Amino acid sequence: MKDDIQTREDRVSNLKGLGSSRKRVEDARFTQGKGNYVDDIKMPGMLHGDFVRSPHAHARVKSINIEQAMALDGVVAVLTAKDLEPLNLHWMPTLAGDKQMVLADGKVLFQGQEVAFVVARDRYVAADAVELVEVEYEELPVLVNPFAALESEVVLREDLEAGADGAHGPRKHHNHIFLWEEGDKVATEQVLDNAEVVAEETVYYHRTHPCPLETCGTVASMDKVNGKLTLYGTFQAPHVVRTVASILSGIEEHNIRVVSPDIGGGFGNKVGVYPGYVCAIVASIVTGAPVKWVEDRMENLMATAFARDYWMKGRISATREGKITGLHCHVTADHGAFDACADPTKYPAGFFHICTGSYDIPVAYVGVDGVYTNKAPGGVAYRCSFRVTEAAYFIERMIEVLAIELDMDAAELRRINFIKKEQFPYQSALGWEYDSGNYHTAWDKALEAVQYNHLRKEQAERVEAFKKGETRKLLGIGLTFFTEIVGAGPVKNCDILGMGMFDSCEIRIHPTGSAIARLGTISQGQGHATTFAQILATEIGLPADSITVEEGDTDTAPYGLGTYGSRSTPVAGAATALAGRKIRAKAQMIAAYLLEVHDDDVEFDVDRFVVKGAPERFKTMKEIAFAAYNQAIPGVEPGLEAVSYYDPPNMTYPFGAYICVMEIDVDTGTTEIRQFYALDDCGTRINPMVIEGQVHGGLTEAFAIAMGQEIAYDELGNCKTGTLMDFFIPTSWETPHYTTDHTETPSPHHPIGAKGVGESPNVGGVPAFSNAVHDAFRPFGLRHANMPHDHWRVWKIANDLGLHV
Amino acid sequence: MVPASFEYYRPTDVSSVIALITQHGDDARVMAGGHSLIPMMKLRMAEIPHLIDLQDVAGLTGITIDGFTVRIGAMTTQTELIDHPGLRQTAPILREAALQIADPQVRCMGTIGGNVANGDPGNDMPGLMQCLNAQFTLIGPDGERTVAARDYYEAAYFTARSEEEVLTSIHFSARGGGYCYEKQKRKIGDYATAACAVTLYKEEGLCAGASIAMTNLSDVPVWSKAAGLALDGTSVDANAVKSAVEAAVADIDPSEDNRGPVDFKVYVAGVIIKRAIESAWSRA
Repeated sequence: MKDDIQTREDRVSNLKGLGSSRKRVEDARFTQGKGNYVDDIKMPGMLHGDFVRSPHAHARVKSINIEQAMALDGVVAVLTAKDLEPLNLHWMPTLAGDKQMVLADGKVLFQGQEVAFVVARDRYVAADAVELVEVEYEELPVLVNPFAALESEVVLREDLEAGADGAHGPRKHHNHIFLWEEGDKVATEQVLDNAEVVAEETVYYHRTHPCPLETCGTVASMDKVNGKLTLYGTFQAPHVVRTVASILSGIEEHNIRVVSPDIGGGFGNKVGVYPGYVCAIVASIVTGAPVKWVEDRMENLMATAFARDYWMKGRISATREGKITGLHCHVTADHGAFDACADPTKYPAGFFHICTGSYDIPVAYVGVDGVYTNKAPGGVAYRCSFRVTEAAYFIERMIEVLAIELDMDAAELRRINFIKKEQFPYQSALGWEYDSGNYHTAWDKALEAVQYNHLRKEQAERVEAFKKGETRKLLGIGLTFFTEIVGAGPVKNCDILGMGMFDSCEIRIHPTGSAIARLGTISQGQGHATTFAQILATEIGLPADSITVEEGDTDTAPYGLGTYGSRSTPVAGAATALAGRKIRAKAQMIAAYLLEVHDDDVEFDVDRFVVKGAPERFKTMKEIAFAAYNQAIPGVEPGLEAVSYYDPPNMTYPFGAYICVMEIDVDTGTTEIRQFYALDDCGTRINPMVIEGQVHGGLTEAFAIAMGQEIAYDELGNCKTGTLMDFFIPTSWETPHYTTDHTETPSPHHPIGAKGVGESPNVGGVPAFSNAVHDAFRPFGLRHANMPHDHWRVWKIANDLGLHV
Repeated sequence: MVPASFEYYRPTDVSSVIALITQHGDDARVMAGGHSLIPMMKLRMAEIPHLIDLQDVAGLTGITIDGFTVRIGAMTTQTELIDHPGLRQTAPILREAALQIADPQVRCMGTIGGNVANGDPGNDMPGLMQCLNAQFTLIGPDGERTVAARDYYEAAYFTARSEEEVLTSIHFSARGGGYCYEKQKRKIGDYATAACAVTLYKEEGLCAGASIAMTNLSDVPVWSKAAGLALDGTSVDANAVKSAVEAAVADIDPSEDNRGPVDFKVYVAGVIIKRAIESAWSRA
């Protein structure tokens, strides 16, 4: 067992612990098509569900005739709201304290809404039967604009009592959901009224969709003999789904097993509970057979949770020298037909109040009005922490607009307003405590890396050449410095439906020195099986290759709130480290016993405990694990296991500096990313290669959102972007080349100093791409133009500025 | 995205295909690569009780080049067009256009016959075929006939081909000269926001004949005779190009879609046509 020939360095590298670019252990199966997704699940006698959906955005449902559908050979059942009503399942609670129709109850409120659920022996028969269900609609006036909705006499939600409070306080109009406010309104207005310079702009962050490659789906299997319900599904939060399913169905929680198998991307789309899940469960209870429901791409884009749709009206004030003195923001938030946002209970606008960004802004106010419209429900955090991308986009646009107002370089304006290193932990005007940061260092590194001054010189030359008619291309330099807020979250201020947002890890060390760790989170591509093993390897001194990480089965994994909002590393990662430390504490007692010294006389060294001052006397963790199971140690229980539930003391605040250099063809509106530099500071770096992959993926989604991706409706509420022909997902051809970089400022309150990174590139990327477009046209007088910056909208900027002559 | 049930046929000769069409009438459709028809069936926008797959039909594939005449079997895939060395030499504009259609996977299945036959205004090959003055061979119960690409397209999805006919091959004359297929699209796999095919000939510094056609700028491909004439006999200087662009733009009639409104499309069409002419002239 002695391995003295190994150097300490060798022993560290053998562990493949923190900081190692260990290859992802998941990829062997994914790259060979051997993943096991929900749609791969086949069970004996399994039935298939499919939805009849509304073609109208707003209509009364006069009648539903299922006779013809039921007559089709192979059709087992057709469920409507009437069938669900006796079970009280025709409506369900949303994560945001509202309720949502499971199946149309008297009316439909958005195109694609679920009206009836067909259950058949065959997927094809189910689709045929959908066409045979006759629904008579009476069309009603459609509201797709939230401002118009707040003025309209048309009542969208007839189920809500007029004048009664909503989940988040008073509703001022029948299409109003809530007003949520934070900060000092009076003081902010006073500062703005007396400011030397004020910049004002309305910034719209358009509606888009997470659009994971794998759509949402479930297989529900009710075993009537033992009373157990098994639910396989594309769930980003399987434990929460179990609790919600128990509350809704009345089945005791121990009789429900929820399993998230491999998940093909979530990006927030798979956090909520959808009508398909409820219908599949009911259908399985009714039929006694397993029922599969998997939505198709159009259903996913049209009906499952969208993201963004925030109209952000901002005012920012500063001194003439550019020191920001105040920020005022009012948001009109279009939530669609039901408020189904995925947000912690107390924050109906998520963490939008991180919108003071990376800047030391003494006073600020935010007010968010939630509004019902005839659009699909949702409002999920698409690869970002709750509403953080909206906030980052808002402040990074306001900074640019202020720079125009001040006739100042936007990089310099940022620099003079950054929160300084010595100000951390920093209390923001809107109530957050930023844990750590070193913004100036990161900013200088980024500007240096892209040779910012040279770029500005080149841009000035380009503008001159353009004016002389020598070129029709402009150059944009898109700057962004963002601060994320992730790791939801401390139970004292974060819960979802009353469930505290802690997370967990349970570790079992096997006698031969390998281990299994189970967590309350669930990977959807993040690489948890790779990175959590690395955290543990460093903590307990066993190689990451000897540690299995398992998530997603509620029968075996400890309770947790799931994976979204970059919370896995900040919360479950911390739980993993702390559970590892419990293992180590017990291992220390065992080592001391084996080495016949006092507990305090041994210390941990990479993969072993050594006697202090006598490094030749040691016991490896492997030896200790064996002893834990095979040696009767007085006063110590056999076995080597630990569990830790972690309630974080604070959120973590990753940050970064992104710079995008873009060429714009003024005549066609086409754009080309010439350079994209991304510096991320996510605290302690667990696996640099996984981080780089996360950054590439997030930037590509940011690129999509900024440059073309949207969910658009016509005035009748028809979704115009229901297929991937019109909903932009970049291929490798469109995807820019990225240069990644980093600084490392550990979180002071996280056990290993890690902050989370998966969503930073979306938060910072969107403003970087968008600011590049704006920056190119700034010399010609552009202040602001809304995303997405697709060809025609870029062309329109040029056209409106008179650049087409 | 689940199609209704249908009967599937895989005949091996053209006469069997015609017999099946005659037998099932409107309920039958032939399928080449399937990249237009199968999505329509999965969306249940097209219900085809009898689907006749042309994959195994003899004599529908292959590229033959005989002097200036190029003949291409309808079932020739875009990938085969791209990879064919003789075609690259004789009519390089086909390769240039095919490379801008869809993505490599689709091009391995998508055929030139399928692309031109059904009259989808978004398809790239119809405009190019009009530019080249290609002839389409149709076989039906009454035998074989030839229709010029310039006479083939009547409206979106309406063509000179009758329901009983199958488009079996395409031929055109290629005499060298300058060429360009210029396309603006939002992303790989997209139809054109605006696209333009140009062939022209240069003799002693002057344009000796030009042909200009456009894609997805009307409900049918648009061959602009006036645009070609505007270049003829000129040195393709700025004024001539301007006249040609104006003539071409006068012939288009784009409609608004998610790519943008009409004014944008008209403007971009002008830019793309200009670039296509300039590029073709530089290669002449």
